[in-house]
Amino acid sequence: MTDSIVELLRQKKKQVLTTWMRVQLADDSLREDLMPNDELRNQSSELLNTLFAVLTDANLSNIDAPDLEPLISMLSGISMSRARQGYTPRETAVYIFSLKDALLETLQAELTNDSQRLYLESLKISKFLDSLGIVTFETFIQGREDIILRQTDEMASILTPVVKVWDGILAMPIIGTLDSSRTLLVMENLLQEIVNTGSDIAILDISGVPMVDSMVAQHLIKTVNATRLMGAECIISGIRPEIAQTIVHLGIDLSNVVTKATLASALKYAFRVLRLEVKKAPSGARSSEETSLF
Amino acid sequence: MERIPILKMGRFLLVTIQVDLYDRLALDLEANIIGAITKNNASGVLIDISAVSIVDSFMGRILSNIASMARVLDAETVVVGMQPAVAITLVELGLPLKGVYTALNVEKGMELLRSKTLSDDAESDD
Repeated sequence: MTDSIVELLRQKKKQVLTTWMRVQLADDSLREDLMPNDELRNQSSELLNTLFAVLTDANLSNIDAPDLEPLISMLSGISMSRARQGYTPRETAVYIFSLKDALLETLQAELTNDSQRLYLESLKISKFLDSLGIVTFETFIQGREDIILRQTDEMASILTPVVKVWDGILAMPIIGTLDSSRTLLVMENLLQEIVNTGSDIAILDISGVPMVDSMVAQHLIKTVNATRLMGAECIISGIRPEIAQTIVHLGIDLSNVVTKATLASALKYAFRVLRLEVKKAPSGARSSEETSLF
Repeated sequence: MERIPILKMGRFLLVTIQVDLYDRLALDLEANIIGAITKNNASGVLIDISAVSIVDSFMGRILSNIASMARVLDAETVVVGMQPAVAITLVELGLPLKGVYTALNVEKGMELLRSKTLSDDAESDD
């Protein structure tokens, strides 16, 4: 019998892998729909190879040892790719903890007659694999967080479009929650576009804003005031009944702001201010009008 | 010593600020404009600040003051060409420039001034 517990396990690598696969396949949470068994076997075998290649008795009790780096990075890779594939964190953790079962089982078979040593070594291996489990968990969460961050960035980078709906009339439909940083972006875009097009009226449509609290209302009022300072007028449209209720309940004073229920009525108001008139052409004139247009 | 020119255009005064205003200059401008209103018996002042990129609360107050003083002398004030960044800063500072008319550019400002003073004349005629 060798003294080194790692050496002992290394010799039994094949057996460990067999046991590990058996434990994994027996588990209820096995996801054959996400990864076929062959692939799982390859991945497990590869992980085991890396594990035994870097593991020594010294770093068994020190997860931060630098020579474990290949193992940790490989584990992180597996965990990260599983996060993307749609595994739950539990399933990823079970993957590592089932290795513990396999290792302990092999160890038990080897050290049947030395219970004192079996206990000590089991404790070490157990601790080591717990740490590995934590690593997978951390990277799993990290992977998910990266996805969320990227999506947040993408959402922020989708600029709220400023649409010219008529000569001298701009419309800006806002979709999604307004927060301080986004409102600033909205304000800057709108004001810059007013300067660029020389528009007299800007319509801020908030029918796509799910919630208006006092903060958002304050931001809207600021935008309206800023447009006024530039010499244009800002109309807020698309206020839904429940939002109107909230605004009144919160005691927000929008009396200095022109508000309209729909984009259409805001446009109508804008026409009136600019002294524009949209008329339905008489039915006879229609065909000749159209031919002359094209 | 720098001096911001105040031009007379018919019944109106045209002030184009081409440099960033520091406090001393702003105070001088205030006095000069008020003086010019009385001297020319002007009925409107148009202040173009399209070249101003930096604004502080002091300048915001000076603009408000000019408007209030001009109103006492029976003249309307229109501020034109405010940059978006300046507008945002003024709003964040809590200075909505009450009593100051604004327009996008000099042309629209003149139109506004004309309509304001015309309606005043019409009212006084009634």
